[in-house]
Amino acid sequence: MLVVVPDPASPELARTLDLAGYSWKAVASAEAGSECEPEGGWSGALVDATEHPNDAWSFLRSIRQRGDRSIPVMLLIGGGQLSELDHRDDLFDDFCLSPFHPAELEARLRHLLATDIEVQQAELVEYGDLTLNLETYQATIAGHPLDMTYMEYELLKFLAQNPGKVFTREILLSRVWGYEYYGGARTVDVHVRRLRAKLGEKHAALIHTVRSVGYRFGQSRWET
Amino acid sequence: MRDQQRDYVLRSVEERGVRLVRLWFTDVLGTLKSLAISPAELENALVDGMTFDGSSIDGYSRVQESDVLAIPDPDTFELLPWGDPKAPEARIFCDIHNLDGSPFEGDPRQILRRHVQEAHRAGLTFYIAPDVEFFYFKPLQQGQVPVPIDQGGYFDLTTNDVTGELRKRTIRTLEAMGIPVEYSFHEDAPGQQEIDLRHTDALTMADSMMTFRLAVREVASHDDVHATFMPKPLEGVQGSGMHVHLSLFQGDDNAFFDSDDPYNLSPVAKSFMAGLLRHAAEITAVTNQTVNSYKRLVPGFEAPVHISWARNNRSGLIRVPIPKRGNPLATRIEYRSADPACNPYLAFSLMLAAGMRGVNEGYELPEEADANLFEIGDDVLDKLGIQRLPQSLADALGVMERSTLVQEALGEHIFEWFLRNKRSEWRAYKTQVTPFERDRYLTSL
Repeated sequence: MLVVVPDPASPELARTLDLAGYSWKAVASAEAGSECEPEGGWSGALVDATEHPNDAWSFLRSIRQRGDRSIPVMLLIGGGQLSELDHRDDLFDDFCLSPFHPAELEARLRHLLATDIEVQQAELVEYGDLTLNLETYQATIAGHPLDMTYMEYELLKFLAQNPGKVFTREILLSRVWGYEYYGGARTVDVHVRRLRAKLGEKHAALIHTVRSVGYRFGQSRWET
Repeated sequence: MRDQQRDYVLRSVEERGVRLVRLWFTDVLGTLKSLAISPAELENALVDGMTFDGSSIDGYSRVQESDVLAIPDPDTFELLPWGDPKAPEARIFCDIHNLDGSPFEGDPRQILRRHVQEAHRAGLTFYIAPDVEFFYFKPLQQGQVPVPIDQGGYFDLTTNDVTGELRKRTIRTLEAMGIPVEYSFHEDAPGQQEIDLRHTDALTMADSMMTFRLAVREVASHDDVHATFMPKPLEGVQGSGMHVHLSLFQGDDNAFFDSDDPYNLSPVAKSFMAGLLRHAAEITAVTNQTVNSYKRLVPGFEAPVHISWARNNRSGLIRVPIPKRGNPLATRIEYRSADPACNPYLAFSLMLAAGMRGVNEGYELPEEADANLFEIGDDVLDKLGIQRLPQSLADALGVMERSTLVQEALGEHIFEWFLRNKRSEWRAYKTQVTPFERDRYLTSL
């Protein structure tokens, strides 16, 4: 779950995040942000400093002051504001010039969040009742062990590491199996069907079918 | 990838406290074989394979060298949902190799793998979804006719729902082993059940069929019920078939679908069907491999007798089901003669080979035969050019023996061994003097 400043986010930004499949919540201030922070914390912050730079910097200062450096921060800034970055290196991890190119912002976000997962969460992936221990390859749902084949495990791991994001079958096949696999693109459907059965009725909906696109793990956006 | 898979298997065995690992493979007749090893030996087995004497496995025997190598396929590692939860067991399918590392020519799994890979090189993936029928019987009494556990009929929700409970537990077991079930219901005959599996690629499905037959029997035997896949266990009622739904995919697209065709069938689908039809008689000894199989393939019991196709006529060999909501992905053909006592690796190999021969050589699909063929006289069928499936195992073996397609598709080793083994089964059957004969002839002649 990404936290986005300000509230409301610009339509272009909202559109880019939605299309990229991120779940996100726009907030106006740091207080508003901590009030609706999900369990396990925000996975990242995207701060648009083009309209109200002062509010933006103040938001960033307060999240950094919590001593919580684990939230990776992406900053959007206008071309004329570059000088504002000076001496503020500790407040953001990457930035993108606004008006932004949606594909560039998406790529930068993906890189930022992926780097963060590797650095910060090498051992455990958790989402709701699901826990994956990447070191022992064991997964549990609500405390019960899940018996999976290797590819079922790999698919679940990939999805759980990228919650909220919509993946096409092609992407899943290439990222999880590699194209050489003889099962073809429908293999993804077959494995999703098996995973859902193994997750059990109560948790089967963790893997959501996005009609004529592919699959998404977990919630698509903030639900109040 | 292979390294990670091995690591996954080893780690899972350790973490889950698995006590015994069963290495599974299949003989030429389709019987599941199991070699149990302790977890301590598993790492070695995964890397180097396990050597064993193949000479007493049906169809593995060779003149010079009897030792073969079982190399586990780590992608098939799965915990067995039955047995003692405190001492869990796992299974893993093996590919059988010669000691020099080449694929062993007597291993049915390697035969199917070869066909699947050939299709893959042409950009095609072969998907299979079988509908499997079988019977539940009360504990068998030596020499007695088996007694079905219920008197239910088609789709019946039996009141004494032992059957429903059994089926439900079987499905839970199958799902736990990664074998998704699409439908299940009571079939037409007393004690007869049908479970329809969801499609997967052909090799996974052949593995699943092996697991399926074991799981059905395991769950039933727990309740003192005997489950059987014998094609025709009772006279006068339907036998058990395995209707095989087939489709070919090119990437995400169904190569059998064509929106411009009145049947929604692509040229590939039509020539694939033509291939299956033209070579149907040749592959029948494998898809219907017992003496008993041919007692199912008779008129009047919803089993095909003639080599024909139609959209909505269950008397033909190939049916083209009309997909729900016209879904292009669901366009498929249903090959209806096979029975669940076959070796799924070999049966699927031959279906693929026959169909692909039709595609590669551009066979022409004959006319649809949409009348009920059971009600048409032989002379009319002859005029229409509609032939019959082989009438007995001996007939089927005769046709198979002359088939270069089957010989190439199975390889010389299995082709030759299968014919020899089945000829001897036929000879043993032929020497029987049956009650039928005594009833009919003893007093009158």
